[in-house]
Amino acid sequence: MNKKSFGNKLIACPYIVWSAIFIIVPLLIMFYFALTDQNGVFTLANLASLGRFKKAFAISIVYAIIATFITFLLAYPMAYFMTKLKISSQKMIMMIVMLPMWMNFLIRTYSWITILANTGIINSFLGKLGLGPLKLINTPGAVILGMVYDFIPYMILPIYSVMSKIDNSLLEASDDLGANAFNKFKRVIFPLSRPGVISGITMVFVPSVSTFYISQKLGGNKTMLIGDAIEYFYNIGPDYYNIASAISLVLMVLIMISLFIMNRFSDDDSGGVII
Amino acid sequence: MKKLLTLLLCFALILSLCACEYSYKYFDLDLKSNYTRDLAGTSITVYNWGEYISDGSDDMIDVNAEFERLTGINVNYLMFESNETMYSQIKSGAITYDIIIPSDYMIERLIRENELLEIDTSKISNYHLIDEKYKNVYFDPENKYSVPYSVGMVGVIYNTAQVGADIEHSWNVLWDKKYKDKALNFNNPRDAFMTAQMLLGQDLNSTNKADWEAAAELLKKGKDNLQSYVMDEVYGKMETGEAAIAPYYAGDYLTMKEVNSDLEFFYPEEGTNIFIDSICIPKSSKNYEAALMYINFLLEPEIATANADYIGYASPNTAVINNPDYYYYQNKILYPDEKDTPKVQYYHDIEDEIRMHYEMLWIDVKLH
Amino acid sequence: MKILSRLYIMLILFFLYAPILVMIFFSFNSSSSVWVFEGFSLDWYLGLISDDVMLGALKHTLIIAVLSSLISTVLGTAAAVGIMAIRSKLANRIIMGTTNIPMMNADIVTGISLMFLFVFIGKIIGLTESLGFITVLIAHITFNLPYVILSVLPKLKQTDAHLHEAALDLGCTPVKAFFKVILPSISTGIVTGMIMAFTLSLDDFVISYFTCGDYQTLPIIIYNMTKKSVTPDTYALSTLIFIVIFVLLILYNALSSKAESRAAKRRV
Repeated sequence: MNKKSFGNKLIACPYIVWSAIFIIVPLLIMFYFALTDQNGVFTLANLASLGRFKKAFAISIVYAIIATFITFLLAYPMAYFMTKLKISSQKMIMMIVMLPMWMNFLIRTYSWITILANTGIINSFLGKLGLGPLKLINTPGAVILGMVYDFIPYMILPIYSVMSKIDNSLLEASDDLGANAFNKFKRVIFPLSRPGVISGITMVFVPSVSTFYISQKLGGNKTMLIGDAIEYFYNIGPDYYNIASAISLVLMVLIMISLFIMNRFSDDDSGGVII
Repeated sequence: MKKLLTLLLCFALILSLCACEYSYKYFDLDLKSNYTRDLAGTSITVYNWGEYISDGSDDMIDVNAEFERLTGINVNYLMFESNETMYSQIKSGAITYDIIIPSDYMIERLIRENELLEIDTSKISNYHLIDEKYKNVYFDPENKYSVPYSVGMVGVIYNTAQVGADIEHSWNVLWDKKYKDKALNFNNPRDAFMTAQMLLGQDLNSTNKADWEAAAELLKKGKDNLQSYVMDEVYGKMETGEAAIAPYYAGDYLTMKEVNSDLEFFYPEEGTNIFIDSICIPKSSKNYEAALMYINFLLEPEIATANADYIGYASPNTAVINNPDYYYYQNKILYPDEKDTPKVQYYHDIEDEIRMHYEMLWIDVKLH
Repeated sequence: MKILSRLYIMLILFFLYAPILVMIFFSFNSSSSVWVFEGFSLDWYLGLISDDVMLGALKHTLIIAVLSSLISTVLGTAAAVGIMAIRSKLANRIIMGTTNIPMMNADIVTGISLMFLFVFIGKIIGLTESLGFITVLIAHITFNLPYVILSVLPKLKQTDAHLHEAALDLGCTPVKAFFKVILPSISTGIVTGMIMAFTLSLDDFVISYFTCGDYQTLPIIIYNMTKKSVTPDTYALSTLIFIVIFVLLILYNALSSKAESRAAKRRV
């Protein structure tokens, strides 16, 4: 079959050169740093020393999984209910959901401190009711809340955009064939919305597992996620570029593996990201 | 679609035009030396601690703006939050700095690694104002690389409204179960280890790995008791009463006290850390003469007093210390009498192996 | 059921907007605290006009966002057209795989690896200053490119190849045929890509953090502020930005629904 072509393939060259220099080479340098010591001699010591960070990897992954799961639980009904609205309201709600994404996430995260602090909004409200202050800030819960909050639009939007395309006649057909609400959901709606879910999950999981700002602000610096570890080394000097590279490398591999697993779940292999 | 884009671009343009001139009212400065405008049009990059220069807020002098107006030299002012961050930036070669203001042990390390330029003090006419006490100090015995900027000691700030006035004057308060979830600690390894080392009666510059490991164990034990690890976030947390106890620099306590009068302060009886932050010129400086001029300007009595008023740290400048109009003139916390002076230790540059050992131990503490 | 689902949507929207409401509220605080409200004032908004650090950073942010989105749009559109012309399946796979990397990878890894590259190049060519305007611009273009390419490619695939052939048959030069025939039919993809690039660049913190040097953008300044104590001026600026974007989005919606109804009429 003749493939379409609207120009010379040579005009892709600037981009190819660009992506080689600024995507591939940096990763190769990182790879090189991860496998050498400060003097540039090959070593596996950096990778071997990552045992120290077992817990950082473990909690980052656990937090990210919990955050992704909660985000999914919150976002899926949201997307579903949105599709039930009038088209014009759907558009408006979409816009309202997207609007926070245009705001600086650092500020939005920081605002949560004012809400969750011991002297914050929730606790002063509870105080007025005569209830003791709850420990909300500087806890794992606060970190996970921050992840859910910051990334939930990335879950709502792809699920919504897939769901809104589900052909209504399919739903009618399943009604006609006598499917109850549960079966309709299980057999029709959920399978058809799966690509959106998959894309939403990856778009929430990746930034959650690698964050370093949320854990510092809402977690009170009391733990060290993978992102925090990389940032810590970046900030104490080039002595640690090698080990920072090793951590980044493992983080990257981890992300690639989880993306691969996610892709196994999606039967459609077009692989495009839906935004 | 295209209309949206046009709108966006217009918005971008309008906002960038808004970045208009500066409405600060200049002071009529009484300067002790002459400044030429020979270097007008050039620029210097200054890399200093956060909240560490009088910046024109509260109708005080804006030091950088005054320097720019006086000399025509443009000041590009950047801030760091720990000596290590500053070091990391210097070493990576990411940015060229003309002025940096690190602490003693970091200056020692930068000298050892040949990262600093010698400062020609003969060209700094205000240099004689520096108190002799702060000259020829251990990290720069011949005053070749550094000019003292400010001096301080670490102590413990506490909120009397929350923990009462009756508090043990010891580092132990950070570990005391009574204050669970109320106390903070430093979010940088050197200072956080210091609190534990003092409690263990160690030398702060120990070259024995076991000492650092013992201190790390103690920090791990106390971690659950702490509310959080902070650096300059301490201001907000202590001023609002979010936290009740925090170790921090004495000068910052005085700043916080202005906002929250319930705050009190003590120097722990086990002893504490004393530090000198000095002005240096890194090797990569591209505008050495302007840097010297800037240093001289910082030593001007009026400028140094404004800075000391703003920062709240003790000053090594005799023109400040002996100025009755200085806000903290003879302040008992900054300039304690002989009998109230705590036992103090300076930080020294520690050999790389030990340093890297405790920098890694800090991770274990965080991951505990 | 209907009421419940409405209520649910409201709850989620409340969750999304709670911190933003807090931010707007405290931007009117008369004291410098973002924790304790002491009284209403507009001082922080007035103070913004003379805040050269914040406005300077905003200017940097906008310059980077405009330049990086324009450059990545041009480069990315050209790339998409070129990629369409590449027949080799393997080459295509490699290029698309590479394109996906910055999108899939964690920002912190992209940021730190670019920093390594810039510092490395800086050392080789003996720069005293390896990070700054150019590097942050390059970094932004790099992470914007995939979004442009992936929004242009599907449009290219939908474009009718016969149109292009017809134009060529009628004597258009390939370049002219591209600008006359292809470009109009992929323009929505290009604009979407450009807007996405602009947005991403405007909001990027992590990658800028590692690559900006002393060319500090607004998110970097805000980050530095949250390391000390945030004062309401940051909130005031964010509130203003929020309002501007809000108004723009409303205008955009109004315009596009108008255009839609016009198009619908024409179809009738």
